[in-house]
Amino acid sequence: MKTSLSWLREYVELPAGITASELDTALTNLGMEVEGIVDQAATVTGDLVVGRVLTIEELTGFKKPIRFTTVDVGRDAPQEIVCGARNFAEGDLVVVILPGGELPGGFKIGARKTYGRNSNGMICSSAELGLSGDHSGIIVLPASLAEKPGADARPVVGLDEVLIEVEITPDRGYEMSVRGIARELATHFGVAFTDPAAVSASGASSEAPHPVAIDDTVGCDRFAARVVRGIDPDAPSPEWMQRRLVAAGIRTISLPVDITNYLMIELGQPMHVFDLNRLKGGLVVRRAHPGEKLTTLDGVARVLDAEDMVICDETGPISLAAVMGGETSEWQQGTVDVLLEAAHWDPIMVGRTARRHKLFSEAAKRWERGVDPQLPLVALQRAVEILTEHAGGTVDERILDIDHVVPPAPVPLPVGLPSQIVGLDFSAAKITDLLTRVGCAVSGTDPLHVVPPTWRPDLLAPIDLVEEVARLGGYNDIPSVLPPAGSSNGLTPAQRQRRSIGRALAENGYVEVLSYPFVAPSTADALGLAVDDPRRSAVRLTNPLSEEEPLLRTSLLAPLLGILKRNLGRGRRDVALFETGTVFLPHLAASAPPALGVDRRPTAEEWAAANTIVPAQPWHLAVVLTGDLDPAGWWGEGRAAGWADAIEAARVAVAAAGLLASRISVRAAEQAPWHPGRCAAILVDGIVIGYAGELHPSVVAAFELPKRTSAAEINLDALPAAPVIDAPRISTFPAALIDVALVLDRAVPAGDVRSALAEGAGELLESVALFDVYESEQLGSGKRSLAYKLTFRAPDRTLTSEETIAARDAAVAVTASRFGAVLRGA
Amino acid sequence: MSYRNDPYDPKQAVLLSPESLEGAVVDAEKAFASAADLDALGALKPAHLGDRSPVSLARREIGSLPPAAKSDAGKRVNVARQAVQAAFDARAAELEADQAARVLVEERVDVTLPWTRRPRGARHPLTTLMEHMGDVFIGMGYDIVDGPQLELEWANFDALNIGPDNPVRGSADTFFVDLPGLVMRTHTSPGQVRTMLDRQPPIYVVSPGRAYRTDELDATHSPVFHQIEGLVIDEGITMAHLRGTLDHFAKAMFGPDAKTRWRPHYFPFTEPSAEFDVWFAQHRDGPRWVEWGGCGMVNPRVLTACGIDPARYSGFAFGMGVERTLMFRNGVSDMRDMVEGDVRFTTNFGMES
Repeated sequence: MKTSLSWLREYVELPAGITASELDTALTNLGMEVEGIVDQAATVTGDLVVGRVLTIEELTGFKKPIRFTTVDVGRDAPQEIVCGARNFAEGDLVVVILPGGELPGGFKIGARKTYGRNSNGMICSSAELGLSGDHSGIIVLPASLAEKPGADARPVVGLDEVLIEVEITPDRGYEMSVRGIARELATHFGVAFTDPAAVSASGASSEAPHPVAIDDTVGCDRFAARVVRGIDPDAPSPEWMQRRLVAAGIRTISLPVDITNYLMIELGQPMHVFDLNRLKGGLVVRRAHPGEKLTTLDGVARVLDAEDMVICDETGPISLAAVMGGETSEWQQGTVDVLLEAAHWDPIMVGRTARRHKLFSEAAKRWERGVDPQLPLVALQRAVEILTEHAGGTVDERILDIDHVVPPAPVPLPVGLPSQIVGLDFSAAKITDLLTRVGCAVSGTDPLHVVPPTWRPDLLAPIDLVEEVARLGGYNDIPSVLPPAGSSNGLTPAQRQRRSIGRALAENGYVEVLSYPFVAPSTADALGLAVDDPRRSAVRLTNPLSEEEPLLRTSLLAPLLGILKRNLGRGRRDVALFETGTVFLPHLAASAPPALGVDRRPTAEEWAAANTIVPAQPWHLAVVLTGDLDPAGWWGEGRAAGWADAIEAARVAVAAAGLLASRISVRAAEQAPWHPGRCAAILVDGIVIGYAGELHPSVVAAFELPKRTSAAEINLDALPAAPVIDAPRISTFPAALIDVALVLDRAVPAGDVRSALAEGAGELLESVALFDVYESEQLGSGKRSLAYKLTFRAPDRTLTSEETIAARDAAVAVTASRFGAVLRGA
Repeated sequence: MSYRNDPYDPKQAVLLSPESLEGAVVDAEKAFASAADLDALGALKPAHLGDRSPVSLARREIGSLPPAAKSDAGKRVNVARQAVQAAFDARAAELEADQAARVLVEERVDVTLPWTRRPRGARHPLTTLMEHMGDVFIGMGYDIVDGPQLELEWANFDALNIGPDNPVRGSADTFFVDLPGLVMRTHTSPGQVRTMLDRQPPIYVVSPGRAYRTDELDATHSPVFHQIEGLVIDEGITMAHLRGTLDHFAKAMFGPDAKTRWRPHYFPFTEPSAEFDVWFAQHRDGPRWVEWGGCGMVNPRVLTACGIDPARYSGFAFGMGVERTLMFRNGVSDMRDMVEGDVRFTTNFGMES
């Protein structure tokens, strides 16, 4: 909503010297978002004066005609000025900026030599002053001007205006007008307000000036019209009106159209001008027939919907009601007989029509927010007055007004409610005063009987009135008091786990990223997912930002690999990333949820049924890494990241989740997108929670990543909660250490050998550590040696060497029987 | 060699004279003092404390003395021997200390050498900021609640008094999916709806998390962003409690000078509603008010839809953008830095923000 300070001042007695900042604060505290307050007088600095052209000398020999002028600017000697424009003559009054001044855009004016002559200043065009886009020539002021050469030209050209632009919240349609904003400012400053709608306007006459029928009084609960014949079709809009329309950001078109726009800004009532002679027969206001067509004023042929309201004549729809007129009936150049229409439309209908046709006209914006239904006759009266004043014509004395408006319902307001909600005491008198100021009629004691004004369709319930009391009482007077403390349970187990995992991975060299969950359909192929892989079943956005990435991720890996690649592209070589985030796993048999109302809580059954369609959205953790995880340095060589690091990252995460290492196991697995020989399933308590290892070479190729790029992904929702951990008993007796080297088939997993050793060694075993993996020709092909350090300790005694050796032999025996292990060097 | 029963030999007994013993002590002290290190000192030990040292030889002479003189001579020899031993011990201690000091000098290293054998990674500043915010509220007695990001339209809109004709429900603002009745949540508020359906008041919760709107990524917008929203439902809750909570939270985040300023606004789910600014004294361009978030008293229509009796309970809700907070608090100038995952951006923050 754009307007100007002088326009507002016409209806509210604002303090004379109000500053832009005071105005800003007032509007802000009233709930309007101030987009800008521009004092135009400050946009041109220095001397901007009226001048009279004394002489003109045409300069020739340049690429374009140039004039050398002398101009009387009220000083001792005429000012010499070179000018490129030609639309003026000797004796004309013009606008001159003198050296030292500055035009909008930081254009400084100096005395200079140009085209071989001195030029001391500039004769200005409207565009140069920032008044309009008109570059066609300099401003020639009316000869009748009262100001003499040398006088300040700002008031003369309208450069003394303060332009105001505010954003209006969707609940306050009445503020989309000078009337509404002026009323609010009057309330705020406690100053007098003159209602521009306080105009005496006659009601409907028994006979209508033109036949009109309303078929749908829900969509249109009021329709008023008046007719003026024989206006001067060439009468221009008065300058003051044009200036205000420009300030409001509205293009001037013609006197009749400008009047309707002017009154829309001033009163908030959108109107429409029909060319009476282009109407074929009586008007009918009805819903459109589905598929009906109408070409609106913007030249777009529109196919109408059954919910759209239209104004029709015998030829069919001639106007998309409340939103935009049609080409065939609109005022046009030469129109002499006009039908002015001011109606009241259903805000919901208008909103839907505007969105359906993507037509967010100034009218539609107002209808959608709500327009005072008591304005039509007032607006028509003023329109007729202004029109006949400036274009003559004969007013048809007949007035049409089909009125089905329901008056605002009274709202009972318990006197204590505002204090109870706001936390600040409001007496009944104070509440009455505040509500009366915004136009409510308040009577009764407790509850107060409040009748909202017709321009406030937002005031429906007691809480709406509480908001008005709080707002006008001043939000910033509300005290600051802490509520009684809640009783927190702290973080949930899952929240604790996610935090710990994030910290642990960061401490282990991984950098966290938060990727977008949008992926391309081709991602499933790039990851090498099998045809029946459930990760191929993804939710699709129907309005994605990028048509290329319409799917929601079912795995964190693809977006994460994209970010890995971005870092490589920016010159990074060693990158280790992690993300904890949700994936979206649709249920295959999803149907629409049951309709849930808002007048009561859904029943448990309704709520459960609704939630069955919500896709599972488990939290996942993924890591990706390439390059050196341990960099080279003065200490020596670096170490390339690989499959083992990815598996270790998964172990780190599970450990950080508070689960003991003994509950984690790892086994070889084949799972896309990993290398089939370098992929581990990660298990907790024997249940697979994810996979880790080196990516499949074809995946690496598809994503254009460095060879051996590795990754892990685990389902954090599958992690059991961290248990209470039993304390160990610490033996103070000495440990006995024994090394064993076992020769086994290479295919026997070290993890299984370790388990077998632990199982065979029994209770005396304190720890088992693999310290060497060795292959050689002597061992034989397909064989390898695994060397373990076994630590034995008893809780109650020093072990004898016999006991230790017996335990070791028992351990080795299990590996021998289970895997055919042979004790090396035995 | 002499023996106990050696006949008295006045020539030998001369070693027992006070002068001789004194001389032996002085000689030993001089010799020990001249020893440059522990090895040299050790080499001098036999000559002054060994069997053939003057004090040892003198002790041997005692036997040859007449009984009357033995006691006196014995004392003198002991004193001399102790003096020599003390001189040796003192010098040894001195030299040991010297050596220890020398070793420390020799073992000096350059402690400024880097040791980034495994460079630390980093946590995303949005994550750590959300955790920091969540912790403040945990301390104020709130629980942290999550909810699905792909959410029921009813929970994201209807239950929050965002009616079917509200323009934000259009595809110009909201991501829709190929499953009916679901949207990408446009705020974290549906988590609060779920909480109200799950729990009875008193309710004190915050819901930090991701939300989605159909904004193209640019310097100040992202289609995926983070919010933290709070909800309190209890008996007798007022706007004053809301203000107290926001002021306290502002101080916890930005220091004791922080405070909030409210501007009336409109949200369907709260009434009265406000947008609020925070006084941010540490702003790099000087102390100033910064737009921070929205808040208000929970609209009774929302309470009704969630099965909470508005006649008995009232409540407040508030929310702020985490990206926005990080931008003004940490001076992030471009939304894309928080989105792109460039490790140089994130590593800058380390483990906290």
